[in-house]
Amino acid sequence: MKIHEYQAKTVLARFGVPVPRGEVATSSAEAGAIARRLGGPISVVKAQIHAGGRGKGGGVKVAKSPEEAEQLARQMIGMTLVTHQTGPEGRKVGRVLIEEGLQIDRELYVSVLLDRAAARPVIIASAAGGMDIEEVAAKEPHKILREHVNPGVGILPFQSRKLAFGMGLGAEAALKFVKLLQAVYKAFIGTDASMIEINPLILTKGGDLLALDAKVSFDDNALYRHPDIRELRDISEEDPLEVEASTFSLNYIRLDGTIGCMVNGAGLAMATMDIIKLAGGEPANFLDVGGGANAEQIKNAFRILMADKNVKAVLINIFGGILRCDVLAAGVIAAVTELGVRVPIVIRMEGTNVEEGKRMLRESGLNFTTADSMGEAADRVVALAK
Amino acid sequence: MAVLIDTRTRLIVQGLTGREGTFHAKAAAAYGTKVVGGVTPGKGGATHEGWPIFNSVHDAMRETGANASVIFVPPPFAADAIMEATDAAIPLVVCITEGIPTADMLKVMEFMHGSRTRLIGPNCPGVITAGQAKAGIIPGHICKEGRIGIVSKSGTLTYEAIHQLTKQGMGQTTCIGIGGDPLIGTSFIDALRLFAADSETEAVVMIGEIGGTAEQEAAAFIAKEFRKPVVGFIAGQTAPPGRRMGHAGAIIAGGQGTAAEKMDALSKAGVHVVKSPADMGTRMREALGH
Repeated sequence: MKIHEYQAKTVLARFGVPVPRGEVATSSAEAGAIARRLGGPISVVKAQIHAGGRGKGGGVKVAKSPEEAEQLARQMIGMTLVTHQTGPEGRKVGRVLIEEGLQIDRELYVSVLLDRAAARPVIIASAAGGMDIEEVAAKEPHKILREHVNPGVGILPFQSRKLAFGMGLGAEAALKFVKLLQAVYKAFIGTDASMIEINPLILTKGGDLLALDAKVSFDDNALYRHPDIRELRDISEEDPLEVEASTFSLNYIRLDGTIGCMVNGAGLAMATMDIIKLAGGEPANFLDVGGGANAEQIKNAFRILMADKNVKAVLINIFGGILRCDVLAAGVIAAVTELGVRVPIVIRMEGTNVEEGKRMLRESGLNFTTADSMGEAADRVVALAK
Repeated sequence: MAVLIDTRTRLIVQGLTGREGTFHAKAAAAYGTKVVGGVTPGKGGATHEGWPIFNSVHDAMRETGANASVIFVPPPFAADAIMEATDAAIPLVVCITEGIPTADMLKVMEFMHGSRTRLIGPNCPGVITAGQAKAGIIPGHICKEGRIGIVSKSGTLTYEAIHQLTKQGMGQTTCIGIGGDPLIGTSFIDALRLFAADSETEAVVMIGEIGGTAEQEAAAFIAKEFRKPVVGFIAGQTAPPGRRMGHAGAIIAGGQGTAAEKMDALSKAGVHVVKSPADMGTRMREALGH
């Protein structure tokens, strides 16, 4: 689960990570009041959307007075912000973060995430902050510093010092970095985060270290033990169909194509998308109905698939380990009849009672095509979608 | 011979008294697996579907001589179940549970360090040795005894591979679902090592997916020392970056973990990589020159 920058900063601050003073606003008047409360002449207005690259897209601006902050907020709230991470359709800005302006001396980078290969958390730090870290990694890999953390003991001060001196920090700033990194790691473990990224981490001219920007995402599997974090979810940032699917425990991701897919199992669902593409079609979605797909699940899945108006044909690919094909067929027939689905449907199924299942589909009088293999199913559905 | 499990396996089920545990314990027994008991803390001394239930893995091993465990325990308790089995020094633990928090698995990996217990999974369909035994949820009826090993991150895609091989007349030795989570007990390389040492396994189907670098590491291993033919497929060639495709581990992050780079690494290592998941069986037939 992703959250907004202002939420990330609140979470980090709770663990003792220094962040700039600021508050979130949903109206320009509120934004102006916050800028006045902050006191100084300079403030920064930052659009709050889940995607990165906001600066280049015009979503981060410096105001020289509270009046200007108010005016900038007026322009930003309600605007559609397009960045390299939002796609061409962009994201609507619902709120802005107003923060104090700071005198920046240096911009650094620090993040914590899981290193799968090492099976340990890793701290990544770089003196090249404020830039796209992937670009830094590609062009100047020597500027990327790494420290693996033994989860039994946590991040140790000497490791933090190694990173601090590696980034060229002086003695005083290095001490502050050790403290900050302890807090960041505590937040990582304490919230079951899957990633915390502070970019840039700034050293001010006054010698303070602060998280000027922060991105935090959480392990969905651990949300059950963090009700406070779960409340930070902003469903307006998500696709409405994906939100609806999640309420039925369906794993659905919307894509751009015309062929709706309904599959059991994540790997087989990805493979089904792949084979559609190889056959010359474009998948409209990823949809994993899960292992125990029953009639109700199939109906819900159809409703979500068909809500996407680009869908011209549907491919159902179910490899029933436990699921009986006659039960599946009955579920599909009921859903299609009840929902009045008109588009052609190609079904490939394997499992117990497969012949009985196919007979039921053939005799239903509905627009079904059956296929014996994944390859055949993909060819048929691509032809039907044209 | 096969690998991991066979007719000598004595299996206990952690979570046997639950719905899933009961269902799959029965299916395993029906397949011929020696299921010798179950563990449900607090229900020790009871009998469930004819099987003795124990309070702990220690008790179950002592009383039944179990040498393998399969876990059907809900996510909040699954990591503890794995560590309990590890502490009891059972040689094999297969964890089917999906949705274990990564932080819990970090503890498991640390706890298992240096132990002699092998963990398969979590979030996997388990292991089956055709015609002998199974621990997990892979349907037995699609398997056929033969000489091909399978190692896969995905569940139903494993069934698909088994089905294609069986249809082509090629049976299997052991099929291992290693799971689609970011942290797993047995890697592709671990499984390939087992197959390398197994005289009955003639060739291997390896099924990966987007996310992480396990396939690239396997490719390096294959190039260096794996001498049996491998047919490979990577799911998620059309997956968009930044979206988690069902499995917690299946995400292209920071341009890393794409299907293209994995397929490329495997091809360079001499693996017969198929673009289409429908070609796994036919490509294996060609690779074996049948």
